[in-house]
Amino acid sequence: MTEVPEHLLRRSRERRKALGLPVPGEEGEEAAPAAEAPAEGEAAPEAEAPAAEAPAAEAPAAAGGEGDGGGDRGGVPAHLLERSRRRRAALAGGGDGGAEAPAAAAAAPAGGGTATATAPKIAAPTVTGPGGHTQRLLTVVKSGSIQQTRAEAQDKVHTWPHLLVVEFAATLVVSAALLIFSALVRAPLLGLADFNRTPNPSKAPWYFLGLQELLTMFHPMVAGVTIPGIALGLLAFAPYVDKNPSHVPKDRKFAISIMTLFLMLWAVLVIIGSFFRGPGFNFVFPWNNGIFFEL
Amino acid sequence: MAIGNGRNGGNGNGRRLAKVLETADEKIRGSQAWTSIFRPGSVYRRGYTDSPRNRSYVIMNNVLYHLHPVKVKRHAVKVSYTLCLGGLSFFLFIVLTVTGIFLMFFYRPTAAAAWNDVQTLETAVTFGSLVRNMHRWAAHLMVLTVFLHMSRVFYHGAYKAPREFNWVIGVILLTLTLLLSFTGYLLPWDQLALWAVTVGTNMMGYTPVFGSQVKFVLLGSQEISSATLLRWYVLHVLLLPFVIVIFMAVHFWRVRKDGGLSGPL
Repeated sequence: MTEVPEHLLRRSRERRKALGLPVPGEEGEEAAPAAEAPAEGEAAPEAEAPAAEAPAAEAPAAAGGEGDGGGDRGGVPAHLLERSRRRRAALAGGGDGGAEAPAAAAAAPAGGGTATATAPKIAAPTVTGPGGHTQRLLTVVKSGSIQQTRAEAQDKVHTWPHLLVVEFAATLVVSAALLIFSALVRAPLLGLADFNRTPNPSKAPWYFLGLQELLTMFHPMVAGVTIPGIALGLLAFAPYVDKNPSHVPKDRKFAISIMTLFLMLWAVLVIIGSFFRGPGFNFVFPWNNGIFFEL
Repeated sequence: MAIGNGRNGGNGNGRRLAKVLETADEKIRGSQAWTSIFRPGSVYRRGYTDSPRNRSYVIMNNVLYHLHPVKVKRHAVKVSYTLCLGGLSFFLFIVLTVTGIFLMFFYRPTAAAAWNDVQTLETAVTFGSLVRNMHRWAAHLMVLTVFLHMSRVFYHGAYKAPREFNWVIGVILLTLTLLLSFTGYLLPWDQLALWAVTVGTNMMGYTPVFGSQVKFVLLGSQEISSATLLRWYVLHVLLLPFVIVIFMAVHFWRVRKDGGLSGPL
């Protein structure tokens, strides 16, 4: 037998107590141990499902088994036969417990007449599912437990066509621009690499020219390792440093200022390194000596 | 798709042509082969209509579009919000992969052959010069778009909870992009490549404690040599693309898991 969760067992015990039935956990000693097993097996689904079978579960307990009590219908357990008989009687007799009424709302009309008199009214599943099967609700999985849910509705549009059209247009524009630019502008290819001829100036690729610029001011270890290391580290950990939850620019003046300062500083260093450094990596003006820069 | 409704022509020939086209359309797009290729909801399928159901199917039934959710926030579709920078970085990566594979057919990573191969590619291979130019300019452009994408994300505050980790991945992707560009810089084996890389690797030689070891691992020798070229070639065409694709997969996946694009502000 599969393991029944603790909270379902507890709920079943409470409900059985309310119905005045023997509870297996506490005073279940009066019932035979053999009869306890089917009674408990019934209890788990019954917890969520309407409990019309609760009184019926008594049947095997009283009979002490399922074979001898209701043996007239080959193999169908006595308590099920009993339940079916009772439900049919209920449908025939009670006009209010019609099949169109929601299962949860319909009170058990017949069933354990004595038990339901005192207990809170428990719905009987008078509605049958497809193929005549009675549906039982085992458990309700709330959506929040398996996926992210939002309380408020969001203004959304279909990805196709709204987003895909934009993406397609963007890729077309970039492809066209790239193709035209590549057809017009040649990528540089200087002479064969020569270890004996150092060009003056020697420059790193443009995105590292900021670092090379720092090299003119600091010791190589500071400029080449420490500063970029710290900058990259701070950048990566920005979300954990910036605890301000707001996304609105006016609440983020400090963060925006720092970042803008950082980006501007970097851009200025790259631009100086690219266009304002001539032979010997000395400062020159591009309008005086020309540009010493290759992409 | 209304292929010839016979109203505008009015003459017999026009109507007959419309009928022939309609039959052909039914034969081709109604065939088993066609319907097996284009899944339900495909715009190429016969009888496609613009319904919410089909709009969803277009995304769900296509392996490429499937990267997207079926629906996105309305403000996230505006070009002015993202400037398409992240998507364009990815697109440029694809362009670089395609052009790079083309270049690999004509290139040998040895000090003796590399420069000559590039020279031959430029002068003797059909579209060789164009494809090399595209590869180089797309590479510079990608560095730029990745950088601008990062700035955009920062100014929108999009790195805040629950997107902190995706920002960290993004910084890693930026670093990998720079490394990809830098390793590719050496491959033409011309004066520009050699001395730019010399400047760059000299800087890494100043890493505290392990400086000379770091430099040796990077260069495969004490100074830049044919060993360096081979090493950087493998990094450039194999290892770094492999790593960056993994990080990109996580990056895109997290964008969706963290609830799509941030905002609106």
